[in-house]
Amino acid sequence: MLSVKRITKIFNTGTINEKVALHDVSLKLDEGDFVTLIGSNGSGKSTLLNCIAGVYPADRGSIVIEGKDITNLCEYKRAALLGRVFQDPMMGTASDMEIEENLALALRRGKRRGLRWGITSPERERYREILKKLGLGLEDRLNIKVGLLSGGQRQALTLIMATLKEPKLLLLDEHAAALDPRTAKKVLGLTDRIVNDSNLTTLMVTHNMRDAINNGNRLMMMYEGKIILDIKEKEKKKLTVEDLLERFEVASGKEFADDRALLS
Amino acid sequence: MLQILTAAISLGLLWAIVTIGVYITYRILTIADLTVEGSIVMGAAIAAISITRGINPYVAIILAFFGGLGAGLITGLLHTKLKIPSLLSGILTMIALYSINLRIMGRANISLLQVDTAYTVFEEMGLRSTVSVILLGLIIVAGIVGVLYWFFGTEIGCAIRATGNNPQMVRAQGINTNTTIILGLMISNGLVATAGALIAQSQRFADVQMGIGSIVIGLASVIIGEVLFGRRGFASRLVSLVLGAIVYRVIIAMVLKLGMPANDLKLFTAITVAIALSLPVFRSYLKPLKKSIKWGK
Repeated sequence: MLSVKRITKIFNTGTINEKVALHDVSLKLDEGDFVTLIGSNGSGKSTLLNCIAGVYPADRGSIVIEGKDITNLCEYKRAALLGRVFQDPMMGTASDMEIEENLALALRRGKRRGLRWGITSPERERYREILKKLGLGLEDRLNIKVGLLSGGQRQALTLIMATLKEPKLLLLDEHAAALDPRTAKKVLGLTDRIVNDSNLTTLMVTHNMRDAINNGNRLMMMYEGKIILDIKEKEKKKLTVEDLLERFEVASGKEFADDRALLS
Repeated sequence: MLQILTAAISLGLLWAIVTIGVYITYRILTIADLTVEGSIVMGAAIAAISITRGINPYVAIILAFFGGLGAGLITGLLHTKLKIPSLLSGILTMIALYSINLRIMGRANISLLQVDTAYTVFEEMGLRSTVSVILLGLIIVAGIVGVLYWFFGTEIGCAIRATGNNPQMVRAQGINTNTTIILGLMISNGLVATAGALIAQSQRFADVQMGIGSIVIGLASVIIGEVLFGRRGFASRLVSLVLGAIVYRVIIAMVLKLGMPANDLKLFTAITVAIALSLPVFRSYLKPLKKSIKWGK
């Protein structure tokens, strides 16, 4: 499904601020895998996601999705294969545009855009149905500006947009981190539902150990630009936070020190 | 008095097209595009030289439109492909257009007193020249408003609107933001050049200096329209731009009538725009932030 081979990404090459964000990272996701990717600040997890999404090119290595080499494809062309939700709730939607306009933009992801109407009536019905299932009361507000929604509502909408046209791979970049705990839980619940309903291959970056353990069928941990743990299926089901901390220490030779990951 | 008013309205209608062009870059793409100062003259220059060479005045307007598209394309390429900041890209094209416009005209100004213009047909029907301008102006402005309302509702139009709002999101939806920015700049400058062609024909001359301050006049009109007529749906937005441009011209006519020296006009306009642009700052002291809608119902 997704195959990342020996990706290296260095920022500020040749300067005093040189930072190796990704060091020879390889990973393989199978069809339907839901991987949670955890690591502390600066471990390279967001960089990995951004390299896959094409926000910036990798310095070395290759990225293949379903047999298609996308290593040198620019961001907007890769978008045909990818659904993305960002950490910042403002990032995933156009705030001055209506809910239905945002959805209509997302429905046409990867398609050639022409001079047909931007939204059609049957589409509107479909949006109403989908939003109804969310239970946020948005189905009657298709025409309000997205800027008027709360952060949680915007993330829920972005999640719908990312999966409206089924992506080959769903990339979630700490998409619940900027929300209050109650709202974050709702958004994560919604994530689980959508991913399971359509059996989407998903890579979810998170800061939160508990979320990383409770979601998905596979857990990876990054440290200093490398993937140091890859825990699968059965083994992951039995995993506890204590186990994870212990295995981190064994794998990295250091004590895990990230208050945000531990306390939340 | 009535005469001053009709003159102001006729001029306002033609400048409404400039205003719509400025709106597309300034509000939709959120780029302050100074190309306008050059493309308005380019439109005038192309129309003037074409008409004096015997080309049909309406064809001359279409040629001017295409000239404007080209000017917008250059600014767009400078900004997107060569990564030059948008403001600077516009300035570069504007300066380049000064020379290009002189080359198009072959001299600094061209008189159109002795030739038929786009308004001649109406004047031959017995209408006064300002009334002819209002009539043709209305027809063209209505056409442009209609076409733009349709265009910005299409898939491409929606993509352009979203680009100014959140380019990151637009790329994530598989849209090339370079293309949408270039398209927006082209349409904007195409419209401005069309306006230049119409203005030159109504004042019966084209002058290489006539573009100075046009971006500020355009901005002033956009803001007046928003302040007076609100910022609701897209259709009413377009109409408010037209009304804004007319109100601006009426205000200027009044101020001149009250005895302000014409030389101070640009200073007056600049101060008005500065005040209008800083309004949100003052307003934020007075009004609490807009409330957001809570989860669920």
